[in-house]
Formats: sequence, C-alpha cells, structure tokens
Amino acid sequence: MNKMMKKDNLTWIAIKTGLLSGVIAIFLCLIGMVEVFSKRDVVEKIITLGDFILLATAVSAGVIAARAASQTDQQRQPLKFLFAGALAGITTGVLIAAFIGLSQQINLRSVFLSASPSLFNLLTFKGGTSWIWMYPAIGIAAGLLGTTLFLLPEKFRQPITRAIFITFLMALFSGLFRVVMINQSSGIAKLAKYLFGQTGLTLSGAIIFFVAVVAISMFWSARSKNLQEGFARIPKRGQTSIRGVVFALLAYVVLMLPQVSGPFIAQVIVIVSLYALMGLGLNITLGFAGLLDLGFVAFFAVGAYTVGLLTSYGIFGLQHIPFWVAAPIAVLVSMMFGAFLGLPVLGIRGDYLAIATLGFGEIVRLLAGSDFLAPFFGGPQGIIGIQKPCLGTLGEFIRVDVPRVCNGLEFAGPKEIYYLAVASAILVAFIALRLQRSRLGRAWMAIREDEDVAEALGINLIQTKLLAYMLGAAFAGLGGAIFTVLVGSIFATSMQLIVSINVVALIIVGGMGSIPGVIVGAIALIGMPELLREVSEYRFLFYGAALIMMMLAKPEGLWPSQATLRELHHEDAGEDSEIAPAKSSQAKA
Amino acid sequence: MRTSFGERLLDLAVSGFLWGFRILIVLIVVLGTFLTIRAGKYTGEQWIDFVVFGISQGSIYALIALGYTMVYGILRMINFAHGEIFMSGAFGGYFIATWLTGIGFMDKYPVLGLIFSMLFGMLISTLIALLVERIAYRPLRGAPRLVPLISAIGASFFLQYTFRGFFGPGVYAYPSMKALEGQWMFFGIGILKVQIVVAIAAFVMMAILYSIVMFTKIGKAMRAVSENKDVAALMGIDVNRIIVTTFALGAAMAGAAGVLYALTYRQVNFFIGFTPGIKAFTAAVLGGIGNIPGAMVGGLVLGIVESVGPALFLDSLGIPRPYQLKDAIAYIMLVMILLFRPSGILGERVSKKA
Repeated sequence: MNKMMKKDNLTWIAIKTGLLSGVIAIFLCLIGMVEVFSKRDVVEKIITLGDFILLATAVSAGVIAARAASQTDQQRQPLKFLFAGALAGITTGVLIAAFIGLSQQINLRSVFLSASPSLFNLLTFKGGTSWIWMYPAIGIAAGLLGTTLFLLPEKFRQPITRAIFITFLMALFSGLFRVVMINQSSGIAKLAKYLFGQTGLTLSGAIIFFVAVVAISMFWSARSKNLQEGFARIPKRGQTSIRGVVFALLAYVVLMLPQVSGPFIAQVIVIVSLYALMGLGLNITLGFAGLLDLGFVAFFAVGAYTVGLLTSYGIFGLQHIPFWVAAPIAVLVSMMFGAFLGLPVLGIRGDYLAIATLGFGEIVRLLAGSDFLAPFFGGPQGIIGIQKPCLGTLGEFIRVDVPRVCNGLEFAGPKEIYYLAVASAILVAFIALRLQRSRLGRAWMAIREDEDVAEALGINLIQTKLLAYMLGAAFAGLGGAIFTVLVGSIFATSMQLIVSINVVALIIVGGMGSIPGVIVGAIALIGMPELLREVSEYRFLFYGAALIMMMLAKPEGLWPSQATLRELHHEDAGEDSEIAPAKSSQAKA
Repeated sequence: MRTSFGERLLDLAVSGFLWGFRILIVLIVVLGTFLTIRAGKYTGEQWIDFVVFGISQGSIYALIALGYTMVYGILRMINFAHGEIFMSGAFGGYFIATWLTGIGFMDKYPVLGLIFSMLFGMLISTLIALLVERIAYRPLRGAPRLVPLISAIGASFFLQYTFRGFFGPGVYAYPSMKALEGQWMFFGIGILKVQIVVAIAAFVMMAILYSIVMFTKIGKAMRAVSENKDVAALMGIDVNRIIVTTFALGAAMAGAAGVLYALTYRQVNFFIGFTPGIKAFTAAVLGGIGNIPGAMVGGLVLGIVESVGPALFLDSLGIPRPYQLKDAIAYIMLVMILLFRPSGILGERVSKKA
C-alpha cells in the first residue's frame, strides 16, 4: 500500500514537472523567443538556437523529474527513474503539441503578437498539424536523455554537462570569435572557418569543442591535485617567477586585446570598466558602509557634466582645458557633490535612505535635462563636441565648433579609451582594496554592522559616512568623466534610474563588499548582455530572470567576501524573525 | 565624551545645511505662490482644472500606493515589481475593452463595460502578482533585506520584457468610450468626464479595500500580521495565507488603477508601469508607509501638488516650461518628507528604526 502511494506520488511529480516545463516552452514561443532564436544556429544545419531552447526545457524536465524521483525513493532503481523522466518529457511534448493544435483552431495572434504564422510554420516543420505527434516522441527522447544525464556517475556527468555548456557558449559567441579570428593570419582564419560558421558552430567545431572540454575536465579532475602538489614542490623562487610569467602574459593580453579584437569588443570592455568603476564606488557606500544608494547615477552625471563643460568646444563649453586636467577636477566636484547629497541624508537609515537617494538621482537627471537649466547644461539638446583626451600638446582653436588639434596620441575611439578605462578601473580597484583594510574601511564596516555600537566605540558617524559618500561619488565621477569622452556628448537621458539599479544589482550579484565580486558582477550583468547584442531584444528578460534565480540560489553573490558570507548567515535572525526561513539561513555554517 | 572642535564644527555645518535647505524650499514655495497669484496669469477655471486633474491622477497613484504600503506593512519589503503589476492590469483592461467595443457592448452599457474591463484587469494583475510572490518572493522570506529587493527588481524587468515579448514594443490605443467624451458642467465650470469617472471609480475601490481591511475577519488578520507576525501566528492566523491575500488585494487595486490610467491617457505600452510605480511609491512614503489611509492621502497630495505645483510655484519665478519639472517637484517633496517628517503625513512609525 505504502509503495503504491509512493509510486503515485512519483507519477504525479513527473507529470507536474512536465506540465511546468511545457508551460515554460509555450511561454518561450509566445514571447517570440523561439522564432527569433531559430535564425541563429547552435550547430549549423543541425540544430537552431530556437530548437535548442525548446529541447532544453524537455531535457531539464527529465533531469528534475529524476532528481525528484531520487528524493522520494532511496534505492536507486534506474527503471523507475527512466519512467519518471519519460513521463515528464512526454507531458512537455503533449503540451506543446496541444498548443500548436489549439493555435490552428483559434487565432491567438489577436492577443499575442508573436503567435505568428511563421512561428507555427517553424513548429510544425511546415507540414501542418500532421507532424505534431512528433512532439510527444521528441519529448520522451529528451526526458530520457535528461534522466540518463542525471543517472550517470559523477565522474562522467560533470565533464559532459560542462562540455555541453561550454559548447553552447561557444556557439553563442561564435560570430564574435569568427570576426576576430578571420582578420588574423591565414592559418587562424582557416581555423575560424573550420570551427565557426556564419550563424553558429560548424558540426566539426561542435564536436571538437565538446570532446576537448570533456577530455580536459576529466584530465583535470583526475590530475589537479598532483599538479598543485607539483607546483608546491617547486622552490620558492621558482614559484615567484612562474607567477611573474603568468602575470606578464596576462598584462600582455590586456595590452594587446583591443588591437586584436577590434573596436566592438574594446567598447564592451570600456563599458564594463565604467560600470566596474561605478560598482567600486557604490561598493564603498553600500558594500562597506551599508548605505543603500539608489541614485548613484547622480555622481556619474556630475563627473560627466563637469568634464563636458570643461572640455567641450561646443557652445556650452566653459573652458577648453585638456581632459587630463578636467578629469581630476571632475572627481573633486563629484566628491563635493557626494558630500552635498550625503549631508541631508545622514540621519536616515535603511529603506528610507534608498528612497531618498533615488529621489536625488531623479532630481539631478530632471534638472539637468530641463529647459530651466538649459543655458548651463544644454537641457534636452545635451552637451556635444567634447574634446577627446590627447597625449601630447593641444594646438590652437580654429573655430568654435572644431576641436583643437592633437599633436600626439589622441584617444579617439574605444580602442584607445580602452586603456584609459581599464587602467582607471585597476587603479580604483587597488585604492578600494587598500581602503578596505584601512582604519577607515574598518570603521565603515563597523557602521554597516551596527551604527549605535560603532558610535559608542568612538567612530564619528558623520565624518565616516560622509567619507563613504564622497569616495563612492569620486569613483563614479571618474566613470562619468571617461564615459563622456567615450561618447563625445552628454545627454540627461543617459542618466536614467536604470543605471543606478544596474550598479546595485551588479554589486549584489558579484557579492556585496567584495572587490573581485564587483568586477565579476560587471562582466556578468553588463558585459555578457552587451556581447549578445544580436539577441538584445531579450537581454532584459534574461537579466531579470538571472537576478531572481541568483537571489534564490546564491544570494551571497558570485564571488562573496568572507564578511558577507558570515553576515548573511546571521543577520535578521532576531528582530524580523522569519516564517519560512530562506535556504541561505538553513545552511548556517 | 570629549568632542573635538572639528567635530562640533561638522555638526554645526550639518544642521546649518539642513536649515538652509528648508528655508530655500519654503522661500521658493512662498515667493512663487505670491508672484503667481499677483501676476494673475491663470484664471480660476484653470486652477480648478489643475486641481481636478490632480485629484484624478492622484487617486490613481493612491490605488497603486495601497499595494506598496500593504506589502511593506506586512513584509517590510519594497515590492519593486508593483509598477509592472499595474501595467499588466492596463493590458488586461485594454484587451477586454477592445473586445467589448468590437461587439458593440461598450456603447450600449458603458458602465457595465467599464466595470467588466476593470474586473478583468484586476483578475490579470492579481494572477500575475500571485505568481511573482510564489516564485520570486516567498522563498526569500527571512533573507536579508537587500535580497528580496534585488529579486523584486529582477521580477520587474522580467515582467516588463515578458509583456514586450507578448505584445511588442508598440503603443496600443485604448478604445475610446463615447459616454466618457466631453465635459460635465458644474456651476458653469466644465470638467472632463473621464477625470470625474476615474476619480469616482478609484474612490469606490479605495472604500472597498478600506472596509475589507477594517471590517472583515481577514482584514483584522492582516492588521494583526502587520503588527507582529509571530504573535499573529500564535493566535492561530495562517500568516502565509494572509501574506498571499495582501499581495492579491494590492495587485487588484493596482490592476484597477491600470485600467483607469489607460482610460485617462488612452495609451497602453509595456513601459507604462515604471514612472507611475515610482510615483506611487513616493505617495506611499508621503502618507507614511505601512499606513493604508496614509497611502490614499499621500496619493492625492502628490497628484494635486504635481499638477498645481509647476504653475503655482515655478511659473512666475521665470522658469521656462515648468511642466518639465513636475516630476522633480514630486521627488523634492519626497526628499523633504523623508528629511523632516520621515513617518509621513499620517504615519506613526519612526524612521530611525527602519
């Protein structure tokens, strides 16, 4: 009897999983993702990206069903698992088939824009409804595949999942790789054509990547310990020199990258660096001192406008000094502005602080873009004609609307500004790292943990908080200064609230209070979506989903600092006690 | 404790700064009002127009603000995705209204048609809010403050771009209702019908919500939970169910607000939830967050100040196109409230505890 119950339970779980993934598959169809993605290939002529995501829903249904089965049933009976996986897969398939059948009966397009005839042509392989029986069949296969993956011993499962993931990434970025490699010497160009097709990986490329990753990761899991021990056995001086060589190689790659990769990738890296700059700034206010600022873009705007006003050769330029003088002034002005905005909110805590700063950010943007201050800041027309940085002497003006001539190296485009941005990010990261360990850094953390106790310990709250705002603002101001010369113009519309939110999100995703975390967060949240411009329609959808999943699965961030880890497992245990404790607090160390 | 001279100077600077800020704002308001009234640029009728528009806009803010305030009252969490819930309601209302107009129902029974579209909008927004609560918020209960906030930001993006995927980036024109075109005359002053209907509908919704919270058993339970979750649970209240109910009620109000907003502006788009969402949040803080009558008052005050403010305070100070600064007035008001009366107009909670 008991066994029957269990089996029923398993069946129900499998069906539920299948239904869920079927709903997700239909969702992907209705938001138009399947149709758009079917123009891209994962493996050329074999599987499109659209097919891939549909298939992935069924496969993951199989994996989840098998995992659920392993939880209800302690003895691992493979047959039962396969049954659950197949059931989940077939449910997914039936649901998709039902969706296609339904769409033939009623016109979904009157509501859902993406339920277009071309989507259904795609889904039915241009054969009308006669082909939809395929879906349950494919569903079973995919579900079984998922279950098999789950049942494989750890030794094989990990390399294979890793290989699938990396091959998929390669396919996503294949266009980028191809463009970069094809401009190199003929050998590399040939290799590029062999591995990467026009829209995705070639079959041979996919196989090569898959096999290579499986081989490397199996080799690594078997040998990594030996290698580490081997490294430890090398004498100290040898170790330092190996590290030096690795560092020199890294530096060489960073230096050469824009020359090899072309302006697009350089621009993406510049934007990532700018966000990293802002992130490092906010990391001081939020990560170290615990002051949530949702209007951080204000400081970015101050830096940008200062440089703009000081260097522009357009009508709004007050001065026409070189960038190298204007940038430090911009940093100073941002710092003062940080103090100016920090002063009134000193006494406000928690959520209220977030809202007040959000208000400040919006006020700055609205004022900068209004006709009221247009005589100073250009209003909606913005400030244009910003002089690019120049290493060397600046010549004379010819006319007002013509830049001064640069006698030397001009940082004209993203390929040159890359060096400026990356160097600033590294410098600021270094400063932040030093600050973290300093007396001031420890004072900030004390305030973050408990303001009242910190005050009792003799920390001057006003001074310490103001310094947090000022230094954070300074970093953001530097980011704004570089942004201005990258774009060559400033508009108030680029200072949206969304920038502030992005910065907060990247800090949290990277790991609050962790400096490497900021860099990782900037790459993950800003760099990846920028690189995937081709599917840009859905970048914010992924962004949102990623934020939610991140918070559900790994709220401490991708690269958490030790302090945050500890804090996360202790905070809120007292006052606002939980009804349903989150996963993180269950895993108390 | 010995305080150094420098520290005392800093203290002095801070309070001086705050006083300066206060005086500046008061000066602008008083001087602006005085000059505007003396200049007599606007007629009495125009002022009434401003106020009526402010009330109708403010009642929409108030409806949205209720959702923020109730959720905050219970979970101490800013539901950042609430603006998107509002937007989903507007879409729900749009589709049903288009359909009803298409079959001629809307012209025959305009009141019923309006009620149906509001109900449908509320249904959609409630469903979506429950889904969001289940997926993005419930697993995070008890996690540190920032975690649900980020999750809510994620949900906001996700919903926005889901709707963009479903319905495209274009702007949908909300069908016009013949019954709502034109003006009604009150004592010789013409007032747009739409604005009156919107305000009345919003007040009815608020009255319904208020009576649910104050006079039903579930409302009592909600108040108990917002007071103290643990004690409420000990009294036999199913806290989880109450939280879900709170989300549902807040979302229903937002959905109704979405339909009313669409009725006023006649435009529906995936992005319309953003600005009203933030404004409504401002309204909730203005009235004292966690306080239900406060949200209503805050919404109305925000709506009226936003509508009257640019003309009253700024116009005669020589600021060109003061309407561009309408949002800035709203945010300055928000900052002022947070600085000088953080508990809001009607609030009791003290910010230092937040």
